[in-house]
Amino acid sequence: MKRKHKRLTFVAVGLGLLGLAAALFVSAIGDSVAFFHSPSDLANQGDLGDRRIRVGGLVEEGSIERGHGTEVRFRVTDLARSVPVVYVGILPDLFREGQGVVAQGRLRGGVFVAEEVLARHDETYMPPEVAEALKQAGTWQHMGQHMEAAGAASMPADGYQ
Amino acid sequence: MTRFANPNRFLRWSGRLLPWLAAATILLFGVGLYLALIASPPDYQQGESVRIMYVHVPAAWMALFCYVAMAGAAAVGLIWRHPLADIVAKASAPIGAAFTLLALVTGALWGKPMWGTWWVWDARLTSVLVLFFLYLGYIALNSAFDDPGRGARASAILALVGLVNVPIIKFSVDWWYTLHQPASVIRAGGPAIHPSMLWPLLLMAAAFTCYYLWVLAVRVRGEIVAHKIRALRLRQAYG
Repeated sequence: MKRKHKRLTFVAVGLGLLGLAAALFVSAIGDSVAFFHSPSDLANQGDLGDRRIRVGGLVEEGSIERGHGTEVRFRVTDLARSVPVVYVGILPDLFREGQGVVAQGRLRGGVFVAEEVLARHDETYMPPEVAEALKQAGTWQHMGQHMEAAGAASMPADGYQ
Repeated sequence: MTRFANPNRFLRWSGRLLPWLAAATILLFGVGLYLALIASPPDYQQGESVRIMYVHVPAAWMALFCYVAMAGAAAVGLIWRHPLADIVAKASAPIGAAFTLLALVTGALWGKPMWGTWWVWDARLTSVLVLFFLYLGYIALNSAFDDPGRGARASAILALVGLVNVPIIKFSVDWWYTLHQPASVIRAGGPAIHPSMLWPLLLMAAAFTCYYLWVLAVRVRGEIVAHKIRALRLRQAYG
């Protein structure tokens, strides 16, 4: 075996083992890398105590209630379960019904008290006229329906697949 | 292939290619930036902020592309001891690091108005930051030895180990819940981006690619000349 063949074998075997190690690592860390929990995760996790967590999903249609000052109440849903959220503060511009959001805070007596609310953008890009035309033609797929139709492809329902 | 990879032949044919690469880069950036910043429509949700995407997305693609090119060249240098491959790997690193930094900075500028935050430690953003540090580590290790050959070998191993991060970056948005949105262009079911925005994006991507090839050629030529000068000096000193 020539030296360069030895080096080729060494690099190929090394990369193969490294790939295997990375695959094992990725499947082992699983959900712990998730930036947020879905409302379904939350329901399955039992008592969280006073731990600070993030919950993410869509703002449920027709659930937004404005309170005193900047207080706002809404429900975050993953289309299977939903959790009520209360937040006092400035919401990001993208915040609206059907929009993906991630709220950080604590679960207190079944209500999620958020300290921070971030908007989550989806992967669709189009000019406003096209969005308008799609709505008029009745072929508009709102992100929520889109998620249902695509089997929640844009926000995997069980995190790590 | 090896015929073109001889350093002297490379100097000759790349010298003829250089003005064409420069012209293509300038032309593509001219047309691409005009379409992206002026002629393309605003987005139905993001408004004018969508224009950041035309720089952010190609920069992020090139950050990954440069890394794969760098690791590939480093592997060729490591296995077949080809001097030009080591030079290509070394010359790619700072360009890739610059693209990664550009992607991180434009991403933060977009994140503040859209998400409501400059930065979060989600899987996508964190893995791209790791990519940036891999580039910096490669550059540091490559130049940490007096003997450039040893530096090339040590840093090649780092580049190959760091290769596992590339699929993690690409699929982080599918494997885990992240704040970063999933892919819009290279995805199952075709692009989720309107053609009026996809074309400027693809032109910008072509411009970034030409820019990379142009700067890479200039840097590789410089490295070859520097090697020649060092060889001449050594010969003078030791007769």
